[in-house]
Amino acid sequence: MRYVAPASVAEVVALLAGDPEARVFAGATDLVPQMRAGRPEPSVAIDLKKIPRLTGVSLTDGTWRIGAAAPTADLTGNAALAADLPGLVYAGGLIGSDQIQNRATLGGNLCNASPAADSVPSLVVNDAQAVVAGPGGELTVRVIDIPSGPGRTSLQPGEFVVEFLIDRPLPSTSDAYLRLIPRTEMDIAIVGAAARVSLDGDGNCSSAAIALAAVAPTVVLVPAAAEALVGGPISDDVLATVAAACAEAADPIDDKRGTVAYRRQVAGVLAKRAVLEAAGRAGNGGGR
Amino acid sequence: MTITEQRPSYRYVGTRPVRHDGLDKVVGKARYAADLVLPGMLYGHILRSPHAHARIVDIDTSVAEAMPGVRAVITGADFPDLPADDPERNMTRNLMARDKVLYEGHAVAAVAAATRRQARDAAEAIEVTYEVLPHTLDILEAMEPGAPLLHDDILTTGLDSEPSEPSNVANRTCYERGDIEQGFASADVVVEGEFLTKPIHQGYIEPHACVADTGQDGKTVIWCSSQGHFRVRSQTAAMLGWDTSRIKVIPAEIGGGFGGKTTIYLEPLAVELSARAGRPVKMVMSRDEVFRATGPTPGSVIRVKLGATGDGRITAAKAWLAYESGAFPGVWAMLGCMCVVSPYNVENFLIEGFEVVVNKPVNAAYRAPSAPMAAFATDTLVDEIARRLDMDPIDLRLLNCPSAGDQAPYGPKWPLIGLRECLEAIRDSEHYRSAPAAGHGRGVASGFWFNIGEASSATVNLNENGTATVVTGSPDIGGSRASMALMAAEELGIDVHAIQPVVGDTEVVGFTDVTEGSRATFATGMAVVEACRDLKGQLRGRAARMWDCDVEDVEWADGRATHSGGEHEPLALADITAEAGRTGGPLGATASLNARGAGPAFSVQVTDVSVDDETGRVTVERYTTAQDAGTAIHPDYVEGQMQGGVVQGIGWALNEEYIHDADGVMENPGFLDYRIPVASDLPMIETIIVEVPNPNHPYGVRGVGEVGIVPPLPALANAIHDATDARIRELPMSPPRVLAAINSGNGA
Repeated sequence: MRYVAPASVAEVVALLAGDPEARVFAGATDLVPQMRAGRPEPSVAIDLKKIPRLTGVSLTDGTWRIGAAAPTADLTGNAALAADLPGLVYAGGLIGSDQIQNRATLGGNLCNASPAADSVPSLVVNDAQAVVAGPGGELTVRVIDIPSGPGRTSLQPGEFVVEFLIDRPLPSTSDAYLRLIPRTEMDIAIVGAAARVSLDGDGNCSSAAIALAAVAPTVVLVPAAAEALVGGPISDDVLATVAAACAEAADPIDDKRGTVAYRRQVAGVLAKRAVLEAAGRAGNGGGR
Repeated sequence: MTITEQRPSYRYVGTRPVRHDGLDKVVGKARYAADLVLPGMLYGHILRSPHAHARIVDIDTSVAEAMPGVRAVITGADFPDLPADDPERNMTRNLMARDKVLYEGHAVAAVAAATRRQARDAAEAIEVTYEVLPHTLDILEAMEPGAPLLHDDILTTGLDSEPSEPSNVANRTCYERGDIEQGFASADVVVEGEFLTKPIHQGYIEPHACVADTGQDGKTVIWCSSQGHFRVRSQTAAMLGWDTSRIKVIPAEIGGGFGGKTTIYLEPLAVELSARAGRPVKMVMSRDEVFRATGPTPGSVIRVKLGATGDGRITAAKAWLAYESGAFPGVWAMLGCMCVVSPYNVENFLIEGFEVVVNKPVNAAYRAPSAPMAAFATDTLVDEIARRLDMDPIDLRLLNCPSAGDQAPYGPKWPLIGLRECLEAIRDSEHYRSAPAAGHGRGVASGFWFNIGEASSATVNLNENGTATVVTGSPDIGGSRASMALMAAEELGIDVHAIQPVVGDTEVVGFTDVTEGSRATFATGMAVVEACRDLKGQLRGRAARMWDCDVEDVEWADGRATHSGGEHEPLALADITAEAGRTGGPLGATASLNARGAGPAFSVQVTDVSVDDETGRVTVERYTTAQDAGTAIHPDYVEGQMQGGVVQGIGWALNEEYIHDADGVMENPGFLDYRIPVASDLPMIETIIVEVPNPNHPYGVRGVGEVGIVPPLPALANAIHDATDARIRELPMSPPRVLAAINSGNGA
């Protein structure tokens, strides 16, 4: 295995185009354990962390740009970002441990394509776009369209994620992410739920998005839950409908981490709680 | 907080000096086995079975032997086949399969090569032809007639009549007293239940590791971490068919054992590979290998029935215990039988235990082995009796509490024990006296472990400057260097840091049994004290020579020789060692002994938990443990042992379990999905050291290493019941299981 650390997106594109066995990596917090567990090594391991564009976090013209290889520690340490997107930042702060978060990235979390990835539901409810570079140049793709199954993405050979674009939330809007792990940290979600809620001047929900992790082969958006929320106050009845919609939308498996019945029930519970948390912040004006 | 019975006052014993090995461990300087690198060293790698049960038809190593860097390849055929009655036969067949593989992860062959990767690649190139056999993973299924047989020579022992057919049930243990029918007939309350637990790994952070350097003289040197290097020597010799004198074992620092390093896995393989390659060979397990191939503690099925009178007196106990021992039989069911009702005086009981082999890794000791599962059953049911009778659970236990002179269920009369004092310590604790916070549930439980003595040796040498070196054969697993130094300081009357405690290899110190049964501070400490007392006699003699008086006129006290007639100025220890060359030469003493009279250990614990009734997630909010230490030599490390036991018990109760798929392949061989607790999962574990001195030890020591892990299983189950009304009788009480119990209205 050869290690290279290019300084530009163009160099990475060229390296990938020249060697189908070459692979990019960001924090390598998934890659290294996978190689230790016996997964074949790539011919060339391309380190994305030396490209400034991929490690930056900035707000320009009302849009947050988060480099695909920016350490999540730079998200949790960014007060302005945390005020705008508290659910996403919180999710980034759940990955691994403090040490791991000095390496771990949103790009890696997305492209490792674990159904349990903590940051992906928050990217999805905030309708994040991913800038993807490849042999054909750069294009912008909705984050929800990237995971295609456990360990699989829709990225084509030679493509990689450069950065994420997220519009600043409207006033009285906020997001939240909750996950169920048996421990308190250093664990992987049995179920995760992200919510983004906007409130109008009367306290009624004007828009919403709910996404679930670890309950299907990929992150799941639950439009039925959003529809139940929009147009009225967030009452216990509405929350019960949200929970039921999420339990219904969940399509989990029985495995060593949990059962189908457990994941369905807890998906509803966490979605309900995430909505309440997001709505609570939105009611206080959100991040604006 | 410490509760102390009447005892002599000590100058050093019971203080908390900085441990002698502390700085090296804190700064990362301490050397563990995996740290050692020797010139020309090769790396060993083991090929393991992918099958839970299969006949080995053929092993073809020819491709592997020809691969780059490969210097040696070995299989089971390269070791002597021990006769059926050899006590180490099963150990040798666990370290390297012969004829059959008995669990997924069972070692089949090993390779030594120049690099780790070459060794791994070559091991994977070994072609093994298997005939896959039906396997059995479940205790009750394995006990059934017609179950797949692991061994064709296991005839159950301990039955009324010897069976004619082999089975997976290795033995039956039975303890019986009184009239159990009458006992239940006189009961006003009868409770019973079946309790299930999974295999649990010790979870030591340091994987097994060793380096072996075998010379052309037929001798070998092994560096390894273990709980007893003399056992490493004897087991390695047994597997190789060598005389022990050809083997020297040098103990490395140990990164946790908890019983799991009382046996060996790698050393004979490394020695044989080294002999064939003519180079040192290092072998280090991955975490995956540690889980798949080293000893968990057994899973169990335990059925207990208890009867009590309306005023809370337990009248009868019936217990049926089955322990899975993995691929070879152990002693686990017997140990469970010895502990299952021991914290209670019961006149009428029938205790029956079965040792069952299944296609899983061979079990090893784990901190009070077999006692926690037994306590899970008994102390859950005792809690049910307390509720049925509306009695305080501590009062109920006090009413049935054994004390010195009562007969223990497994036979002997109890010596001086401190269970009552532990119960009273919890009853009187601030924790127990304050009500649980709103929404929290509270649980109480007790636990017993008998502790052992065994053989220990110590050598104490006085240096010319008046300092001392204390050499023992017990690896320092839980602060034993500091404890040995404290006892030597107390005896010799010199500062604890004027004493250098050393863990000696197999050729510099006398035979010492493995550290198990909480024996090191008790038994090895006794040898240290004996050697120091010998030295004090010698010091008096030297003073008599310096003063030209009768030795009877010299007294030794407070680290000084004094003349009974007052004719000479007292001599400090350093005054005497400085003149040793003129009075008879260097001063040193050795003691080797079989320590008798280990003091039984008891612990009583209380915990408060909260339960998220929508997710089933349990949070341990508060935890207090009281434990009888006899005398706490170094209270920091007594508290550390108490807290460590509780923490491991919390992990066992809430989340840890071996998960196997239908083919018998372990699904969670790593710390991500085998969930030992992390620090943020835990509240501060509050400790109350109870001191009821053991009369059989010069300082009253009881072993403290193990009993702390016994009560947490029932204490947490009882607390979860208190919080949710759900009685959960299967571990772990993980969020899915707790939620299912809450959903169904009752977990039982």
